[in-house]
Amino acid sequence: MSEKPEKLIDKKGLRLDGRKPDELRPIKIEVGVLSNADGSAYIEHGKNKILAAAFGPREMHPKHLTLPDRMVLRCRYHMAPFSVQERKSPAPSRREIELSKVIREALEPAVFVEYYPRTGVDIFIEVLQADGGTRCASITAAALALADAGIPMRDLVAACAAGKVGDTVVLDLMDTEDKVGSADVPVAIMPNLNAVTLLQMDGILTFEEFERAVDLAIEGCKKIYAVQKEALKARYMAVKQEEEVEE
Amino acid sequence: MPTFFEKKQIVTPGELLAEGDYIAGENTYEENKKIYAARIGLANCENKKVNVVALRAFYYPKVGDIVIGTVLEVGFNGWTVDVKAPYTALLRASDVLSRPFKPQNDDLSHFLNTGDLIVAKIASFDRAHDPQLTVSEPGLGKITRGQIMKVTPTKIPRVIGRKGSMISLIKQETGCQIILGINGVILVTGKKPEDEELAMMAIQKIEEESHTSGLTDRITQFLKEEKAKREENKNE
Repeated sequence: MSEKPEKLIDKKGLRLDGRKPDELRPIKIEVGVLSNADGSAYIEHGKNKILAAAFGPREMHPKHLTLPDRMVLRCRYHMAPFSVQERKSPAPSRREIELSKVIREALEPAVFVEYYPRTGVDIFIEVLQADGGTRCASITAAALALADAGIPMRDLVAACAAGKVGDTVVLDLMDTEDKVGSADVPVAIMPNLNAVTLLQMDGILTFEEFERAVDLAIEGCKKIYAVQKEALKARYMAVKQEEEVEE
Repeated sequence: MPTFFEKKQIVTPGELLAEGDYIAGENTYEENKKIYAARIGLANCENKKVNVVALRAFYYPKVGDIVIGTVLEVGFNGWTVDVKAPYTALLRASDVLSRPFKPQNDDLSHFLNTGDLIVAKIASFDRAHDPQLTVSEPGLGKITRGQIMKVTPTKIPRVIGRKGSMISLIKQETGCQIILGINGVILVTGKKPEDEELAMMAIQKIEEESHTSGLTDRITQFLKEEKAKREENKNE
């Protein structure tokens, strides 16, 4: 895997794992997997395996971090030592600290933070296996963990990346494509409100390519949003069916 | 001006519920004359008011609520109490003593100590202040006997039942006294521990099957069967 592949896109226009340029990796989401957390979600996005847990709203410790007019969101993104091929030190790295902040800022607009002043909500994201695009998959899972904790939200947040591999703009880069390819554009949106909460770019793209990448990523987010909603509802489907009998 | 859901449909946060001349009720919010869901729950519309009955929620204090809490700490002029809410509640010493409180004469831990359970009412609460409790009403105060159980706060209305039908049924069948804390903590006191256990089993069953139909009938049946079983065991 560490060897650089010769061609990222073959003659037929298919990618290393046989996907079309605008195709997502398979996604599987489960909500409410941890009983000790107030809310939790588990996502498998391609080879990514990520757990997210939410606690709160509860009193903040240390107390001086509380805000008088709103709830404080805290987020910890962490990669397990076994999540990548070389052992990763479990201490938070520069990258993890940055991603924690980025994920927090992507989720904050969706939460009614002004409803619960002087409280805090903690989100813990544990990457069990990483294969490119973990920040996006983490946002998707963390949004569900928050909803599962019963925290009022404006909308769920769905996230997905697009990028440039060779000369083509493609959706949902995996690890090799991300490393060998020339650009990566992660996007998070609140699909119902049509609002972008995260937009980053690393690499070089022309203006047209950038536009194409953002459009592609937003399309991807909308597909992920549908999966997200299904997963959240699935936890209570039994409830609904029984409810119908009563009618 | 339509609504976009069927009655009792499961909705997720951000789902568009109604547009135009509707009022945003519980667990919903309004933006640009459109009403969206704010929590996962079952959508409902009554008299132009759109509600979502939350499937997942936590207890949020409201003035007048009867709650059951645990004393966390004995302070200088009162106690801090955990009421399973985002905020810890305060109980003032003068409220318990029902006379002016003198720190030099009264030892507060003598009245209530860390770990004690109390039934209390939320006396005041707003955005800027933590909830304040009172125990100066009949039926409130320190819990001396009985058993405590916890359920999800959203399930409390189910335990009460229509016009209190469910709770009075359990009280009648088991001969227990039951105090429901709106915060999801329930106190069961009976003459015998077996009675308490039976009542708790029934409440547990309600929580597990809270959204199923004909629950009251099934609980009646359940209590009868359990009682019969116990009679048999006794005779053997």
